[in-house]
Amino acid sequence: MTPSAPVHPLLEAGRALILIPARNEEEAIGGVVDEVYALFGKIPVLVIDDGSHDSTAAIVKGRGARVLRLPHHLGLGGALQAGYRLAFELGFEYVVRIDGDGQHDPRFITDMINAVAQPGVQMVIGSRFVASDDGYTSFLRGLGIRLFRAFLRPILGKPVRDPTSGYVAVNREALEVFSKSFPLEYPEIEALVVLRRRAFHFIEVPVSIRPRRAGRSTITALKSVYYLVHVMLGVLVNILIFDRRRWR
Amino acid sequence: MDRLLLLTTLIAAGLIVTVLVSLRRAHIRVEYSVSWLIAAVILLLLAQLPEPLRWFASWAGIQDPPTVLLFLVAGVFLVVFYRFSIIISHLRDANIALAQRVAILEFRLENVEDGRL
Ligand SMILES: Nc1nc2c(ncn2[C@@H]2O[C@H](COP(=O)(O)OP(=O)(O)O)[C@@H](O)[C@H]2O)c(=O)[nH]1
Ligand SMILES: [Mg+2]
Repeated sequence: MTPSAPVHPLLEAGRALILIPARNEEEAIGGVVDEVYALFGKIPVLVIDDGSHDSTAAIVKGRGARVLRLPHHLGLGGALQAGYRLAFELGFEYVVRIDGDGQHDPRFITDMINAVAQPGVQMVIGSRFVASDDGYTSFLRGLGIRLFRAFLRPILGKPVRDPTSGYVAVNREALEVFSKSFPLEYPEIEALVVLRRRAFHFIEVPVSIRPRRAGRSTITALKSVYYLVHVMLGVLVNILIFDRRRWR
Repeated sequence: MDRLLLLTTLIAAGLIVTVLVSLRRAHIRVEYSVSWLIAAVILLLLAQLPEPLRWFASWAGIQDPPTVLLFLVAGVFLVVFYRFSIIISHLRDANIALAQRVAILEFRLENVEDGRL
């Protein structure tokens, strides 16, 4: 497979890993892997198969990418942590996470790697709203994101436009932290707090989000309230635990 | 009050029998049966000794001793349930770490040749 454009040297040298969490994504995952290979050639791609009941793993293997198969369903955070652990143990210097449903255009991986390779940056968020506020996936989600922004600003010490984004790049410092402690459920926002507590820095780069290729989002309107409470509690617990440790 | 005490006695006795039978059939591990047995014994004692109940009722300013009994019973079970939540949380953490380890080891076994991705 020859890439369609010049490839970032870090990707070409195999120093960066593309990490894709997937649960029952057989209709979309093949296309995602194909697209990555078409853009960048055969770079390292690892799909974490979180106890899928469909042929997700087989499709990925058929494309020549690697699969980390969990023995049973762990949920997004537990699955991602397994991926980060393996990536850390294998010595990767950068990890870019994209979704397995085709919503993240892999074209932006280059921007993400450029940003996260800068000194003093440990994590990069691919943000839907850097330029404008348009493109909320739903009214409720838009409301939730506004709430999270207001809630997170004093905690993170700077504004974050798209705290729930799953398009995320980390360098090896952040990778080490995530391989040891990563939030288990609805991890994106808590992960930001985990890094902030270690005085790490993140920046946001603009990405555009596409509609799902297939299937349905796991976050339904009904779950949104639970999600909101869960995340805020998680963040508070995170702060409390850290502060206690610091005084010891 | 007497009927309520009798009922509590029966429930406590039923609980003890259930736990012992489960233990015998190895449906419950000894360490998890202890919480239930202690809870059952506390219920039994409460039902046999109405004096402390009355004393506690007047101390707490509750007119009705049966209300106190229900209150204490709820408290006993709250403690047991909370203990189990803690145990389940530990198990879940251990289970997640184990599943991750198994997945990573399996991955490395399958990919020994290349070592890298
Ligand atoms: N490993 C794992 N991945 C999941 C789980 N739930 C969702 N995902 C993946 O996470 C990504 C984002 O999920 P999605 O439902 O699209 O969330 P949304 O894009 O935020 O609405 C997709 O690649 C899913 O396959 C899960 O329980 N475990
Ligand atoms: Mg999605």
